[in-house]
Amino acid sequence: MNKDELIAKLKPIIEPYIQDEAAFKNLSEDTDFVKDLKINSANLVDIILDIEDAFDIRLENEDMEQMMDVKSAMSIVKSKLEA
Amino acid sequence: MDSRQIISLLPYKEPFLFVDHLESVSEQGCEGAYTFKHDAYFYQGHFKDHPVTPGVILTECMAQIGVVCLGIYLMGQSIDSLTNPQIALTSHQVDFYIPVFPGETVKVRSEKEVFRFNKLKCKVYMYNSKEKLVARGIISGMLSS
Repeated sequence: MNKDELIAKLKPIIEPYIQDEAAFKNLSEDTDFVKDLKINSANLVDIILDIEDAFDIRLENEDMEQMMDVKSAMSIVKSKLEA
Repeated sequence: MDSRQIISLLPYKEPFLFVDHLESVSEQGCEGAYTFKHDAYFYQGHFKDHPVTPGVILTECMAQIGVVCLGIYLMGQSIDSLTNPQIALTSHQVDFYIPVFPGETVKVRSEKEVFRFNKLKCKVYMYNSKEKLVARGIISGMLSS
């Protein structure tokens, strides 16, 4: 899965939980889940659980702690898929 | 951890404590009860000359018994009386079926749906003393010690 495909698959997972529509429209690798999209901590957990289901992977506490922005989410998903 | 310890760790007190006792608690869910006091402050205004327990208070009672008590049990050893649990309600969707009047005792039962990354999401049911369903819904919160 290349970068664009990965972002395309992540976007609909993130969308139900965003608070800032404009930031979501301009979503890039640098978009921060909390600072830009204004997602709360409980919904961040929902995103993690939805990512697990969508990609059929299992994420751990340390993955959660690193998953601050789209870029880190992509790299964690990628590394899990390759593992 | 037993029921008495769980209740002693609850971060609430009168007039906003809505747990009298817990009947059972396990990894999968819990069950407890509360009796609404006749002279509770909210009956003075809800409604004028016609006291009925507000839905937000029923929701709070469901959250305190069904989610917070269960959450304290699930966090287990990581909390004690020195480290008060940090708790935040993060979402709830509740349907109400019949009213609860002053003095009534309700029973709350919860079933754990998810407990991961400090988020606890439960299905929660409330019954009156005639075993009739008062309310049911999904309540989530974040917990940490």
